[in-house]
Formats: sequence, C-alpha cells, structure tokens
Amino acid sequence: MSAPRTAIRVDGATLLVRTIGYGFIGAFALVCLLPFLLVVGTSFTSESSIARHGFNLWPRVFSTFAYKIVFENPDLIIGSYWVTIGITVVGTAIGLFIVAMTGYALQRPDFHYRNQISFFIYFTTLFTGGLVPYFLLINQYLALKDNYLAVLLPGLLSPFLIIMMKSFVRSIPHAITESAKIDGAGDFTIFLRLILPMTTPALATIGLFIAIGYWNEWYNAMLFLSPDMKYRTLQLFLYGVVTSADFVKNSAAASNVDLRDLPLESMKMATAVVATGPVILLYPFVQRFFIKGITVGAVKG
Amino acid sequence: MNGPSAAAAPSDAGPAAQAIAPKSKRRTAWRTLLGNRTLLLMCLPAIAFFLVFSYLPMPGLYLAFVQYNYTDGIFKSPFVGWDNFRFLVITGDLWRLTFNTIAYNVMFILLGNALQIAVAILLNELRSKWFKKVSQSLMFLPYFISFVLIGLIAYNILSYDYGLLNGFLKMIGADPVKTYSNPHLWPFIIVVTYLWQSTGYGSIVYFAAVMGLDSEIVEAAEIDGANALQRISYIVLPWLKPTFIILLLFSLGGVLRGNFGLFYNLVGANNSALYATTDIIETYVFRSLMTNFNFSMGSAVSLYQSVFGFCVVLFANWLVKRMSPDNSLF
Repeated sequence: MSAPRTAIRVDGATLLVRTIGYGFIGAFALVCLLPFLLVVGTSFTSESSIARHGFNLWPRVFSTFAYKIVFENPDLIIGSYWVTIGITVVGTAIGLFIVAMTGYALQRPDFHYRNQISFFIYFTTLFTGGLVPYFLLINQYLALKDNYLAVLLPGLLSPFLIIMMKSFVRSIPHAITESAKIDGAGDFTIFLRLILPMTTPALATIGLFIAIGYWNEWYNAMLFLSPDMKYRTLQLFLYGVVTSADFVKNSAAASNVDLRDLPLESMKMATAVVATGPVILLYPFVQRFFIKGITVGAVKG
Repeated sequence: MNGPSAAAAPSDAGPAAQAIAPKSKRRTAWRTLLGNRTLLLMCLPAIAFFLVFSYLPMPGLYLAFVQYNYTDGIFKSPFVGWDNFRFLVITGDLWRLTFNTIAYNVMFILLGNALQIAVAILLNELRSKWFKKVSQSLMFLPYFISFVLIGLIAYNILSYDYGLLNGFLKMIGADPVKTYSNPHLWPFIIVVTYLWQSTGYGSIVYFAAVMGLDSEIVEAAEIDGANALQRISYIVLPWLKPTFIILLLFSLGGVLRGNFGLFYNLVGANNSALYATTDIIETYVFRSLMTNFNFSMGSAVSLYQSVFGFCVVLFANWLVKRMSPDNSLF
C-alpha cells in the first residue's frame, strides 16, 4: 500500500493541500477542545483570581474550593444524577425495544400496512401542533406536571430513529424471515429470536442516540418539572446553577460557608465538570457507534 | 401476502360477482387485518406514541383563532377569527420572526455545508492515521454535550466582567464589549457556535461519501500526474455534488424551524435588548407560553410556522423529485 504512494512524486500543489489540511484540521480540532479545557481550568481557579483576571485556560491561582462546596452538600447533585440515570436507563430500554420492533415491522415487504404507518409516523416531522398545545396536553390533560414520566415518555421514539432502524434492518435478507415462517415461527418470535441478535450493532447505535438524548435532556424537564420538585434532571440542575445566583445560594445554604464568600463563578464551572465529566470520559469508547449511525441514517429510509 | 391478489380478484369476475363485492371486499379487508395482526400489534406502541404526542396536540392549534382564557379552556374561549394573526402582522412581530428564523437557517445550511465539505475533503488528504482519528474525535466532541453546557461555555468566553474575549481585549488595550446587550454581535456569535457544534457531526456524511469514491479512479488520476488540487476539483467535488444537493434540499424543508436549544441557552428567551437579531419563532412561542401566558398568540405563530413550513417541504420535495427522483420523500 505504501510503496506505490511513495513512488509518486509529491508535487507542490499536493504538498500545499496537505499542509493546509494539517493546519486547518488541527486548528479546528483544537478549537473544539479548548472550551472544555477552559471550563475545567476555570473550575480550579480561585474566585479572587477570577474577579481580578477573568476566566483563564490555565488557573493563575489554583484552588479546589469550588469543588469542596459542591461536594460538601452533594445531596442535590447526587439526587439529580439518580433521576437522570433512572430516566436514561428505563427510557433507553423501552425506547430501543419499541424502535427496533417498529423498524423491523415497517421494513417487512409483506406487511400490508407498512406504507400507511410509515407515512403516519413521517408526517409528524412535517406538521406539528406547536409548543402551546403540546404543553397543555402534557401539563393539564395528561396531568403529568411534576411527574418524571413527562420527561421519560416524549423521549422514547423519534421518526429519525425508526427510519435509521429501517435502514439497518434492510441489510438483513428477507429470506431469513421467510424460512423461519415456513418453520412455523410467529412474527414476534422471529423478531425476538432472530432479528434482534442480528442487529446488535444497530441497537448499540440507536440506543446511544436515545441515551444521549435523555442524558442531555433539559427541555421537557424545564417545561414540566417545576422548581418545587427537589430533584430534577442533571442538566436542569446545571442550568439552575449557571443562570441563577439565587439557585446556587439556596443549594449551598446547608453548607457552613458565608453566602457572600461563595465562589459563584468557579462553582458554575465545577458543577458543569461534575455533571458532564463522566459522559465525556465514556465518549471515546462509544464514538464509533455514532459515526456508524450517522452514515447509515444519512442514506434515506 | 394474499392481500393484493385477493383484492384484484373481483375485477376479473362478471357483473354477478360485482353485486356481492362490498361484502367480500369487507371480508378481504378483515382477512388482511387478521393476517397482519402480529406485525400490526408490534407497531401499536409507536402508533400510540405518535398519536398522543404528535397528533393529539394538533387540534389544539384552534387556539390561534380564540382569545384563550383559562376558565373556558381551548374550545369554549371566545372566537376571534384572524385577529391574532392581524395583530402579529401589524406589530411587525411576524415579519421579524420569519426573517430571523429563515436568515439564521440559511446561514447555518450554507456555511455549515461548505465547512463540512472542506473538513471531509481535507481529512481525506491527510496521511497520518492517528492525526485523522484524534482530530475527528475532537471535532465530534461538541455534538455530544448538552446545550446547557454550550451556553455556559459561551458565557465563559463572552461574559463582560470575566470573559476570555474581554480579557484578551483588555490585554491588547482595546475597550471591552458588552456582548449580552449588543444585538449586532449575535448573528455572528450564534452562527459560529452552531458551526462549532455541528461541523464535526455533519462532516461525517460527506466523509463517508468521499470514502465511497472508487479508489481506482483516484489512483489513475494520480498516475496521470494530477495533483491534489486537480483531484479535488475534478473528481472529489463533482462526486460530492449529488450528496450536497440532497442534503441542501432536505434542510430546506426545515428552514422555518428554529434551533430552540441553541438560542435559548446562548441568549435566553427574555433578553429583550437582543430581540431584534435573536428572536426566532421558537423563542417567541416559548415566551408567549411561559412569560406572557398569551397562549393564543403563541399558537397563531405555531400554526403559521407549520403551514408555511409544510408548503416549503412540498416545494423542496418537488425540487428533489425533478433532480433525483430516487431521493424524493413522497
């Protein structure tokens, strides 16, 4: 492979493109990384240094005070963690099962209603009732205000994920289903025993999309979980810390630090690190599933 | 299965058979239903889901034609016809929201695709495997995080008192800028943030397309002495053109839908100093629901958005159908 490459003389234009490539891609990758380091760096900076010099990539005066306060009274953050973990695990399991089941059924060429149902699902991306009726429906008619189901249920499925599943299933020959049918297996058994085990890479990808959606969920939580609830989702907790100094003061009220001495700015960053860090650490391991899903999903279903 | 063939049978039969057609047709439909019952049941959870969360809110758009009050509810509040829309037009709100939403989306689509193509092509030119891998992972990272964190990062950079930007401006002796009260800066900030977040993700589609290019063609061109610039402009770019057009038309269909998470976490929905350049349909509707409690006005904007957006999709689909029939949606 490398022998013929070196045999071709690298001319000026190719060298130029390559140089621009390394420079541009390298710079862009760095720009994508730096903001994260900025958040981490600021979280370790003493508040007085922030007040004097502003936020910095590298802490001028190193301090772990913000973390000490965040962990001194960790009840809220741990509670929010559990809420988010619970919603993510339950929601992903149920959502994944439904998406896989629907995707398989809609991809079966012998399913009489597949076009009608596909359109029924697809139409929801073209025309929506908008936020106000949606809010009234969940808040009043379904009475899910301050109920974790209001966050769990709307995140279960999306047309995009069902289309993605259909594209994955399409690569499995229909003959497998047919021969199983001849052997007397029912449709649901075929799905459960044959198709599911064959689509594990697809399930990993789709499950990840659902899980990330739940993990980053703040929108439905903000709409339907009122501040009266003690534990809301992790991102909403972070939102509170980021946008409201009162929220920080309330959540730190139990700690025995004088409220005027609270390191408000570095606490925002420390909370962000605690709320996001674990997922970022997982990221390198799950990344390839994402890339696969995007590539498949882009080929229209 | 036996559905289509059974349905075709009556048309072959004589007039005598047509007399009993309605009954047998009903029986055929029933048999089709029964034959597909397991697959149908498997789709039932999804059907119920979209019925409740997507279709059930639709009749609620009737709110756009009433003067909503809490005691009368959606369907018994006084009917006001087109008054809500008239109000939106007279105040100029509708025009501003439409313009902002579309202008931002056009910038997102054009600059986004250009950058994604550039990244995909340049990535393909690199020879170092680990460099490719690491840089791709890093560029993909911003897509992975929540909008809340993106808002915090923006604050980190833009904050008047502590932000990195003003720290830099002070260092070089320039005046610090009050970003959060200066509407002219925001189109730039929002577009850059969008590109920062989505370029890595979006470039994957193009990168996959570049990888799908027949390597024999590229090698033949190399042997014939084509340099990288020539390869890119005569082989790779034309190769990516259909992908670009399809993605462009698909995104055209969503040109009236705003990215609420992005705008809300960067700007907030209630920073009125920035409305002129940052208020989009989604933030307006959100505000009418949570801040002003003007449910009818919010629904009027939503209805306008859905109907207008639907027409745009139909138009985009008509365009796709003309250019590449295989890729049309319906």
